[in-house]
Amino acid sequence: MGSFIENGTIRLNNNPSILSFAAVVGKTEGDGPLGNEFDEVFEDITLGEKTWEKSESRLQEIALQKAMAKGEISESQIDFLFAGDLLNQCVASNYGVRSFEIPFVGLFGACSTMAESLIMASIFVDSNIATHTAAMTSSHYCSAERQFRLPLNYGGQRTPTAQWTVTGSGAAIITTQDKPPFVRSVTIGKIRDMGIKDAANMGAAMAQAAYETISTHLASTSTSFDDYDLILTGDLGMIGTNMLRELFQRDGFDLNDKHNDCGLMIYDLNKQDVHAGGSGCGCSASVLCGHILKQLKDGAINDVLFCATGALMSPTMIQQGESIPSIAHAVHISATI
Amino acid sequence: MKITNKEYDELAKKHSPNSKTIINMIKAFVIGGLICVIGQALIYFYMSFDLSKQDSGTMTSITLIFLSALLTGLEVYDRVARHGGAGTLVPITGFANAVVSPALEFKSEGHIAGLAAKMFVVAGPVIVYGLAAAFVYGILVYIFTYL
Repeated sequence: MGSFIENGTIRLNNNPSILSFAAVVGKTEGDGPLGNEFDEVFEDITLGEKTWEKSESRLQEIALQKAMAKGEISESQIDFLFAGDLLNQCVASNYGVRSFEIPFVGLFGACSTMAESLIMASIFVDSNIATHTAAMTSSHYCSAERQFRLPLNYGGQRTPTAQWTVTGSGAAIITTQDKPPFVRSVTIGKIRDMGIKDAANMGAAMAQAAYETISTHLASTSTSFDDYDLILTGDLGMIGTNMLRELFQRDGFDLNDKHNDCGLMIYDLNKQDVHAGGSGCGCSASVLCGHILKQLKDGAINDVLFCATGALMSPTMIQQGESIPSIAHAVHISATI
Repeated sequence: MKITNKEYDELAKKHSPNSKTIINMIKAFVIGGLICVIGQALIYFYMSFDLSKQDSGTMTSITLIFLSALLTGLEVYDRVARHGGAGTLVPITGFANAVVSPALEFKSEGHIAGLAAKMFVVAGPVIVYGLAAAFVYGILVYIFTYL
């Protein structure tokens, strides 16, 4: 059973392991540098559905089906499913998983949801409550735009700090087994609000949360950057990434070789018109479940500190002049026990 | 290391690139200018049918609005506007795009609660404050002309 250390950090002692994982994405993501890594790329991002919300739901449905098929388990074997997304009332998850006969816990952590759901799913397995759990999230460019910003066909210019919501979903099945990748420890972050009010600069709003969660994780697990091959943030994008690196530089750590951000990995920022990079729950979910977990499973890399970041605002609060509260959760995923 | 909100804001500003103002202005001038040239050509075109200058102007507005609505539906207008910026926003075509794009977008919530109700989410404020300004202007004109 897991043991609580301090400051939101929990060490998982029964070696919960990621049995299988799957990532499905849209065309823009398929055209990006990781295009070949995903389980399926949808050229038609409606996925044959009449509304964008249902298209996103379908992404989750397919991601979970693929993850179950790859792990050779049926839905009756999954004891709990933890899922969430960006849409109001988390409808992409609610509608996406309504056909499954799996006990469901809906989560909201904005773009940090992949880490949040992975943490919950791992703790449930680690504490012997469940034998199989699933963690999943998604985002869709078109459903996010209409909820948070402007109509798709509205002619406007984005600021260079804006990020592009990833169309994609990632799902992972957790169980106890002696095969990697293992979830070793987790840190549940605190909400941080540094007063940033610009909803078109979310990377800047979230950098401090990532900085504090990573620092807390290292301090409470008595590890250092040397113990990890990769520090992987969720969707800080270009601005948030540069800020995070400078924050650590002030502490005397050079993160340039060790850190990467899913929002920078999923698109080619020079060729694709995505401004400061990718964002959305699907960003870290598809990069983790499409690319990183594969590398951990194959032993290409050993230790990853996955730190997904979320901007916890709504259009209403931004219009009321409020700043953006942010959060980051960290998960240490390892190829060894 | 502890950081204050003010220091953090400075850090954010330092790493946030500004818009490329000069390039954007040139693009806006060229694309916005092009729309106006099309408008002027349309005026001459209608005048060649012996329409008065005023009627030609009205027909040109109608034509530009139609073309903008059509190009919005064909997903062309927003692609041009990505480069055009204010050049595609300011002419009448920009206003048409601002009405048609939410109408299309929110059609999925039905013709009443979706299409019709959301049609003015972008353009509504322009209409409200445009009318309010016109009202004030009308009163001022009245005062200075008749009193």
